[in-house]
Amino acid sequence: MLAFVIRRVFIGLFVLLVASVFVFVLVAESGNPLATLQADPGVTQATIRQAAAQLHLNQPLVQRYWYWFSHLLRGDFGTSYSGQPIGSELGQSLVATLKMVIPATIISTILAVITGVLSAVRQYSVWDNISTGLAYLFYSTPVFVLAILLKDFVAIPINNAVGNTVFYTIGESSIGNTGGLLSSIGNQFSHAVLPVLTLVLITYAAWSRYQRAAMLEVLNSDYLRLARSKGLKPSRVLIRHALRNALIPLTTIVALDFAVIVGGAVVTETVYGWQGMGRLLLNGLTGPVSPDVNVVLAWLMVVAAVVVAFNVLADVLYAVLDPRIRYA
Amino acid sequence: MPDFEERKVGPVDANSSAQSSQMRGEELDFTIEQGDRVTKDRSDITYSSQGDTFDDLAGTRVKTQLQLAARRFFRHRLAVVSLSVFIGLLILSVAGGDFWQYNYSQITAQFSTGPSWGHPFGTDQIGHDLFAQVLRGTLTSIETSLLVAVIATTIGTVFGALAGYYGKLVDASLMRFTDLVLTVPVLAILLVLSNLLSKTAGSSVGLALILAGVLWTYLARLVRGTFLSLRRQDYVEAARALGARDARIILRHMLPNALGPIIVNATLTVANAILIEAALSFLGLGIQAPQVSLGLLIQQGEGAAITQPWLFVFPALFLVAIVLCVNFVGDGLRDSLDPRQGRVRE
Repeated sequence: MLAFVIRRVFIGLFVLLVASVFVFVLVAESGNPLATLQADPGVTQATIRQAAAQLHLNQPLVQRYWYWFSHLLRGDFGTSYSGQPIGSELGQSLVATLKMVIPATIISTILAVITGVLSAVRQYSVWDNISTGLAYLFYSTPVFVLAILLKDFVAIPINNAVGNTVFYTIGESSIGNTGGLLSSIGNQFSHAVLPVLTLVLITYAAWSRYQRAAMLEVLNSDYLRLARSKGLKPSRVLIRHALRNALIPLTTIVALDFAVIVGGAVVTETVYGWQGMGRLLLNGLTGPVSPDVNVVLAWLMVVAAVVVAFNVLADVLYAVLDPRIRYA
Repeated sequence: MPDFEERKVGPVDANSSAQSSQMRGEELDFTIEQGDRVTKDRSDITYSSQGDTFDDLAGTRVKTQLQLAARRFFRHRLAVVSLSVFIGLLILSVAGGDFWQYNYSQITAQFSTGPSWGHPFGTDQIGHDLFAQVLRGTLTSIETSLLVAVIATTIGTVFGALAGYYGKLVDASLMRFTDLVLTVPVLAILLVLSNLLSKTAGSSVGLALILAGVLWTYLARLVRGTFLSLRRQDYVEAARALGARDARIILRHMLPNALGPIIVNATLTVANAILIEAALSFLGLGIQAPQVSLGLLIQQGEGAAITQPWLFVFPALFLVAIVLCVNFVGDGLRDSLDPRQGRVRE
C-alpha cells in the first residue's frame, strides 16, 4: 500500500511538472502583458524596455521557465506582474475558497446520503420521484443561473421585505466590521450562506444519484436478504448492513470532486464577489497586466497538487473501506 | 419477431436467436448483449430452420436490434417528450431568423421594455429584441455543443479503441497522454485556451474545438475498457482466425458492441458542453459580443436582474430547458442501449 501511494505521488509530481511546462508555454504565448503600456503614446520606449526587463520578458522562454522553476523549488511563487508577492495572495484566496467549499462539501454529502438512501429504500415512491426530479433540475442548471436566482430573486427580496440585511450577497465579510470575535464570525457566516447554498445544490444533485444507485445495488444483494431473513430489525439491516457498504462509492467520489470544486468554484466566486482561487486565476488571465504567467502557474501548482493529493486519498480510502480492493 | 422481454423467458426464442447468429457469424456482434443467455441455452439448440428462410433471418436480425433499442427508448415517455422539445427548440432557433420580424442584431426603437405582443421577451437596454436574441443564443449553444460531441466522441473512440485493441505500448502511451489531459485541471486548460481564443476571434467553432480537446478523455477510458473486455471474446478470435484485418475487426466486430456506451456518453457530452460553453461566455471568455450566446445574454442581464428580470429569466429558462432535455434523452438512451451503465454524470 505504501509503495502504491509513493508511486502515485511520484507520477503525480511528474505530471505536474509536464503540465507546468505546457501551461507556461501556453500562457506566455497567449498574449502580451505590455500591451497597455505600448498602446499609451505617453510612455517612452525606454520605459517599456525597462518594464520588459523587470518582468523578464526580454529573455527566451526556456530561461524564463527555469527562473520560475528554480524559485518554486525554494518555495517562492514569485511576484505577480503588478508587483504583489504571489505567495500571500495565494494563501488568502485559498482560505476564501475553502471557507465556502468545505462547508458545502460536508452539507452536500449529508444531504446526498439522506436523499439517496430514502430514494433507494422507497424506490419509485412519490418521495423518490420528487427527489429524482429535483436532482435532475439542479444538475441541469448552470451554476451562475442558480447563483443569480438565489441572490437576486431570493436573498434581496427577503432583505428588502425585512428591511435589514439578512443575507449578504457580496464579499466574504463586511469591510470595517469592528465588533468582537463573535460578531465577526456571525458576519462571515451570513456572507457564506448564499455561496455555500449554491455549491450545495449543484453538488448534492449528482452525489445523491450515486448514493441512490449504490444503495439500490446493496439492497438487492443476497447478504442483505440473509440479514432480513435472520429476523434482524429493519433499521439495523438498513444502517449496519446496507448503508455501511453503500457509502463506499460515494466516499471516493466526494474525495475526487472536492479537489475539482476547489479549483472550479470560479463562477460562484464571481457572482458573489469572493476573492477566491477562481478569481485569482481569472485576474491572472484577464487582469490589467495580463496574461500573468506567475499567477496562473501558482494557481495551477496549488490546484493540481490538491487534485493529485485527493486522487491518491480516494484510492487509499477505497482500499481501506473495501477489503476486496488491493493495489499491487 | 421476438421481443426483448420474450426472449429472456422463452427458450424457443433464445434458440432462434442463437441459431441465426450461428448461421451468420457477423450477426453475433449485435447479440452479444444476450450472449450469456445464448450460450447457456446452447444445449437446447436444434438446427431446424423453423420455416424461416436464411434471407428472412438475415434481413430481420439487424433491424430487430435497432427496433428493440428504439422500442425501449420510445417507452421512456420523458425521454421522448424531451427529444421532441429539443428538436422543437432546434427548429425554432434555426428558422428563427426567417419567421420572426426582428433579427438578433437589429436595434429597434424600443429599449428596456418589458414583455409585450411586439416583443414577447421584451427588449434590452440598446433595443435588441430579446426573443430574437434568445433564439440566436439557443442556436449557438446547440450548434457548439453538437460539434463538441461529434469531435470529442471521435477522438475518444479512436484513442480508446486503439489503446484497448492493441494494448501494450500503444495502450501505455495513449493512456499516459489521456492521464495528462485528465490531471491538468480542466478549468485551467479551458480558461487559458479560451482566453487566447477570445482575443483573436471568439468564434463558436474555435470554442467547440477547445471544449472537445478537453472532454474526450472520459470516453477514451470508457471505450478502452470495453475494447479490453471484448478483445478476448470468441467471435473476435474467430474473425481473426478467418484472416480479418485489424481495421475490419475493430470497425465491424468490436465497435458495434461498444456503440451503446459511446452514444450515451456523446449525449451527456452535449449537456456538459452546453453548460461549460455558457459558463465560459458568462465569465467573458467564450462567445464574444456581436455574436450571441445564452451565457452571454445572462451575463448581460445579470446587472439588471431585479429591475428588468426578463433579461435574465428568458435566456436562463431556455438554457435550463435545453440541458434538462438533453439529460433526459441521455437517460432514455442509456436505459435502451446500455442498461449496465449506471453513471449519472461526467
